[in-house]
Amino acid sequence: MTVKFTKDHEWIAVSGTTGRVGITVYAQSQLGDLVYVEVPAIGKALTKGGEAAVVESVKAASEVYAPVSGKVTAANDALADAPETVNADAEGEGWLYEMEIADPAELGDLMDRAGYDAYVETLH
Amino acid sequence: MGHDDALKYTPLYDLHLELGGKMVPFAGYAMPVQYPTGILAEHKATREGAGLFDVSHMGQAYLEGPEVAALIETLVPGDIKGLKPGQIRYSLLMADDGGILDDLMITRPIDDADGTRLFLVVNAACKDQDFAHIAARLAGKAVLTRLDDRALLALQGPKAAALMAGLGPAANGLSFMTAAPVDVAGIPCLVSRSGYTGEDGYEISVPADRAVDLARALLAAGAAPIGLGARDSLRLEAGLCLYGHDIDTTTDPIEASLAWVVPKRRREEANFPGAARVLAALRDGVARKRVGIKPLGRAPAREGTVVARPGGGDAVGIVTSGGFGPTVEGPVAMGYVPPDLAKPGTPIDLVVRGKPLPAEVVALPFTPHRYAKA
Repeated sequence: MTVKFTKDHEWIAVSGTTGRVGITVYAQSQLGDLVYVEVPAIGKALTKGGEAAVVESVKAASEVYAPVSGKVTAANDALADAPETVNADAEGEGWLYEMEIADPAELGDLMDRAGYDAYVETLH
Repeated sequence: MGHDDALKYTPLYDLHLELGGKMVPFAGYAMPVQYPTGILAEHKATREGAGLFDVSHMGQAYLEGPEVAALIETLVPGDIKGLKPGQIRYSLLMADDGGILDDLMITRPIDDADGTRLFLVVNAACKDQDFAHIAARLAGKAVLTRLDDRALLALQGPKAAALMAGLGPAANGLSFMTAAPVDVAGIPCLVSRSGYTGEDGYEISVPADRAVDLARALLAAGAAPIGLGARDSLRLEAGLCLYGHDIDTTTDPIEASLAWVVPKRRREEANFPGAARVLAALRDGVARKRVGIKPLGRAPAREGTVVARPGGGDAVGIVTSGGFGPTVEGPVAMGYVPPDLAKPGTPIDLVVRGKPLPAEVVALPFTPHRYAKA
């Protein structure tokens, strides 16, 4: 399994042609306490860079974009009653949805962990 | 973050950094939106204990002149002439067309025996234009002196009084909406029993060069530092207006459900700016009214969200403040709806990301006020 990252602070953990998607630890730290998470419906078609989910802090709503194109196969419905899970474990239990990846070649545009960490460093 | 020349800094800026405050630009100032504990914890700390807020960006001024209360009544619709020494009034700086230029606190200082002096506190984003407006309208009759050498701290929460008992016990002789000079931690302050959270507490005007000492003393006594994020969620739960959002130059006081700000004498005199519109609104009713709105699901409805008649009906209103209420443990909002939808219990829809979500008009505040009434 490989994990890839976007400049918009999403991660995708890829195994075969499926991927599990969430926001990064850095993203949740920037957003602050989350109070609402809207995950996509199963079967929804996602376009790379298009809106996939919504996370809301006390202050504001933020869109979560699809790291690659594909179709939603599962959603983390537990977040509806426990949005704080994303703060506590953004890159684990706080995953948002799973998808069938339409074109694995799109993963090539994403960063690996070292690349993402270096990118976050430039934001400080 | 480094210093940005376009921004202004309050005397507590370095203390905010020391406390780990996340600084953001607000009304031209670098202000802490939150500290490391986060907005939810800060909100709860204020509702359950005592929170310390830096509100030094707000505008403070003295207005001085013979019969100064009568003079400022030419600009606001409140009963200022009726203020006894030491009393505070919430009022509105009115535009000539009946819109609202700002909301403000007007204090008659406790040592003002002859009715020649008022202490004003206005919003940060409005202060330059407010003070210019007041000075111009009252030119030759009253003198406005900005107090840019003073900071303003707010101490709010159910434990604020107990905390103050150790540092400035004289402040606990004050009841809600009164003020007096009090030494707090040995620092000469003007203390008001007032605030913007719905809780008991104080707003403390302090010389700028003593503000850090005062803040450190309040923190050492147990107050938690609170940023702008929780300040907003606290005032929203308390049903209090935020200027530029819930009220502005397009809203009149009656639409804004602030009719209580215009007492009987002022209605009869009808001699404040915009009186014609305000009296017409009282007589004929209004086309829209500010109400509390409770989304029935978990999704917050933010400022700008369209209010629609239930069941996929017409767009008829708008949310002017909306977010998550940590004490309510759910989404809360305020906004404008037509009068036929303004009664508490009325179902409405909120259009969030294109989807109508069920909500209900509710009475304000969301959380009961707990002021220290006389």
